[in-house]
Amino acid sequence: MDKQLMTFTVNGETVQVAASPTKTLLEVLREELDLTGTKHGCELGHCGACTVLVGGVPILSCLALAIEMQGEAITTIEGMAEGNTLHPLQQAFAECGAAQCGYCTPGFLMSGKWLLDHNLTPSEDEIKAALAGNLCRCTGYTKIIEAVELAATRMRASADATAAG
Amino acid sequence: MLIGKSLPKIDSYAKVTGAARYADDIKLPRMAFGRILRSPHPHARIIRIDTSRARAYPGVLDVITGADLPVKYGIMPTTQDEYPFAVDRVRYVGDPVAAVCAVDEETAEAALELIDVEYERLPALLSIEESLAHEDIKIHDETRRGNVMKEVHLSFGDMEEGFDEADLVREDTYFFEGTTHAAMEQHACVADSGADGKITLWTSTQTPHYIHREVAKVLRMPQSHLRVIVPAVGGGFGGKCEPFAYDFAACLFARRHGRPIKFTLSREEAFLCHRGRHPVKIILKTGVKQDGTITAVHLQTFLDGGAYASYGLATVYYTGALLTVTYKIPRYKFDGMRLYSNKPACGPKRGHGSTQPRYAFECQLDRIAEQLGLDPAAYRKQLAIDPDTTTVNGLRVTSCGLVECVDRVVDSSGWQQRRHHLPVGRGMGMAISSYVTGAGKAIYWNDMPHSGVIVKVDRGGGVAVLCGSSDIGQGSDTMLATVVAEELGVDLLDIRVHAGDTDLTPVDLGSYSSRVTFMAGNAAREAARKLRAWLLEAAGELLDAAPDQLEASARRISVRDAPEHFVSFAEAAQKAEATHGTLSAVGSYTPPKLGGQFKGAGVGISPAYSYTACVAEVEVDPETYDIKVEKLWVAHDCGRALNPTLVAGQIEGSAYMGFGEAIFEEQVFRKGLHKAPSLLEYKLPTIYDTPDIIAMHVETMDREGPYGAKEAGEGPLNPIIPAIANAVYDAIGARVESTPITPDKIARALKEQQRRLAAPGAPKPQPDPARAANRVSQEAPTL
Repeated sequence: MDKQLMTFTVNGETVQVAASPTKTLLEVLREELDLTGTKHGCELGHCGACTVLVGGVPILSCLALAIEMQGEAITTIEGMAEGNTLHPLQQAFAECGAAQCGYCTPGFLMSGKWLLDHNLTPSEDEIKAALAGNLCRCTGYTKIIEAVELAATRMRASADATAAG
Repeated sequence: MLIGKSLPKIDSYAKVTGAARYADDIKLPRMAFGRILRSPHPHARIIRIDTSRARAYPGVLDVITGADLPVKYGIMPTTQDEYPFAVDRVRYVGDPVAAVCAVDEETAEAALELIDVEYERLPALLSIEESLAHEDIKIHDETRRGNVMKEVHLSFGDMEEGFDEADLVREDTYFFEGTTHAAMEQHACVADSGADGKITLWTSTQTPHYIHREVAKVLRMPQSHLRVIVPAVGGGFGGKCEPFAYDFAACLFARRHGRPIKFTLSREEAFLCHRGRHPVKIILKTGVKQDGTITAVHLQTFLDGGAYASYGLATVYYTGALLTVTYKIPRYKFDGMRLYSNKPACGPKRGHGSTQPRYAFECQLDRIAEQLGLDPAAYRKQLAIDPDTTTVNGLRVTSCGLVECVDRVVDSSGWQQRRHHLPVGRGMGMAISSYVTGAGKAIYWNDMPHSGVIVKVDRGGGVAVLCGSSDIGQGSDTMLATVVAEELGVDLLDIRVHAGDTDLTPVDLGSYSSRVTFMAGNAAREAARKLRAWLLEAAGELLDAAPDQLEASARRISVRDAPEHFVSFAEAAQKAEATHGTLSAVGSYTPPKLGGQFKGAGVGISPAYSYTACVAEVEVDPETYDIKVEKLWVAHDCGRALNPTLVAGQIEGSAYMGFGEAIFEEQVFRKGLHKAPSLLEYKLPTIYDTPDIIAMHVETMDREGPYGAKEAGEGPLNPIIPAIANAVYDAIGARVESTPITPDKIARALKEQQRRLAAPGAPKPQPDPARAANRVSQEAPTL
């Protein structure tokens, strides 16, 4: 099918891409924009590896047509750190050993970021609910849950410090 | 001191930012894309392949078939029975038939439909029973008898005497269903070549050295002209231990066309590549004295190997080899048989071949303990082998923390206090296991080291570590950095690890058989210690002190008793380079000569064995028989935990994977078609399913392991499945003797039990004190 010009905001930058309207957001991110941090584990919406944020909300980029995402603000794993300063959740994943092979990690971080954007005191059940669409084959999820809890604790402390200051 | 600290993995930062580059993330100029045509039939003769329509399709650059690569290969040198693409015959649904190389993936995919293949269907054999029954239908012409790929018969001691001595002899039959790895990353590779004909292959693999050998062989090229590089690998679990059709096709295309190409498999194709856990039928006969002492064990295994050999030669031996390393067994007989069938080939999956018989043995011991009125935990301690013993089949065991592992899970789970006071529908079960810390032999036998490491130090104090190992997420790069940083007294992040590149790195056999920490760790330590000696000598000259008075830490070499006297690591490096020339050193590791003098003695030997114990707590719904695994307590003897967080991660990941195999996962087929080739239908556990996992380290300080370390990556999986099976029995009172344990099987087992008890003349069930107590305590509150 003929290519069409599409415009998005990805990680704060406005980008234009000429791509077939049949292309998924996942394909456009990885193949046209070289944002290969977003992974694919099934391309059927089963595994969550391709999770990105659209308007701050996690979606499965393998099930979204890129052309329907025009004008949206998209955040990928490449946009999670500020420069070289890691988001507290990224830092916690590194420290807790929550990333083993690392392939599911970007998807988990996107889902986890959404959770922490809305809830800095998540219960274990709330963490599980937020991450239930992401599969991990390495960790048994234990260290992933620990990492979200650690990041929430640190972000709370930081928010308290800001409020007090 | 870095050993024993839970530092973040050196590659974590790349992995949490999306910067880690996996095979499918590689993009090269002029890169083409390949797709593979696979057999739609489980067994068929190929009458004709016509690729002309596909070749004519716009954008198609090449089509590769079996005729282009007519060289047999196989990961085990003596059982090479596979072609990259089918020659004459296809043997499973998914067997590669042809590859299309095109300007993009869509074009390649579309052109697959234009390849005309005429098949003559052949009868397909789809189970152990069918493969045994139909000797006339041969899946491989080369087999001596029917579809028997390998038969093993080993006997140690007088079995007749052993069973005569026994007061109780049990014979039970179990079936362990096949399962697959389902690593999150699908297999992928990129190959490139230039006018010199040399090829570079980036491939998602656990074993770059073996890929190097096999791909060079099939492409009939010198190994010196092929470079295999391992990018970041998105999980393996045993599924990426051998070359696949795409590796060969990519290299051939690159060489023919002088341009790069990428192959990325779909999730369904990853299921079809498989090489996962063998379905195994197990017949286990065990004799014990009245006090429970084992007098003899006879194990028979029948492995459903699928269409090709893969690692199956080793697998069949492994089903027999490791049963003896946990308990005192004075006489042992093993008969194993691996059969071909028309399904994707089975191979190694975490716990390679030892998982299935361990499940059977631990379930049977539970029954024996019950019959003899023994506590399952105390009974296992009673039977446990001692450290520094040799098993009846000639395996040398050194450090062994089995008893302590049992104690840890018993204490932490409240086994003694809680087990008899759980309400109906709740149960606790226990099991133990052991696993090799690296195979004692390479897959091709030779006298060379199993692992080599080069360490080089630059004038600025930077340290590079080169090793042919493959970090598949377990943290082997971090292990190498930790060992070298420990010896040289620098920071973990001062070390750059370059791993898995056959041009640059010395051979390491790969990330399989839980060998890397032990073998590459020892090699790295040897190399680093050579450099350390030079650096201390150089610093000693600068500080006017004897080297043995110095210590290296925090990027300094200082006088131990007067730490204010120091030189920086970089200063010492410059002085040492002035004396010795360019600073680099090599280290290597070769396992000691081990094992008996019989055919098959090469499988099961290992420089060390890890030990694990598990207690599982489950709840079974009394109406639906739905199983919920509430909690797993797992204690693992890993020798010494070099990085406790990473070891815990391996224990938790193993427990998770064992849990999935216990109650959900099965790689099964209907008329040759995979029943569940997707991550939705193949029920791998989600975050909601996965139980609480309590991982505990038992440290035994193995005397040959680096700093005392043994393995942690595979062993902890093995006791999980029988522990859950025993817990389900404890909860509901019926035994399911196959995996996965599912509600329908529980219903059948209960019905069968009722039928047996109701039969005229049936013996009255002996009231078991444990279960009686359980019933009495129905009203007791849960803890």
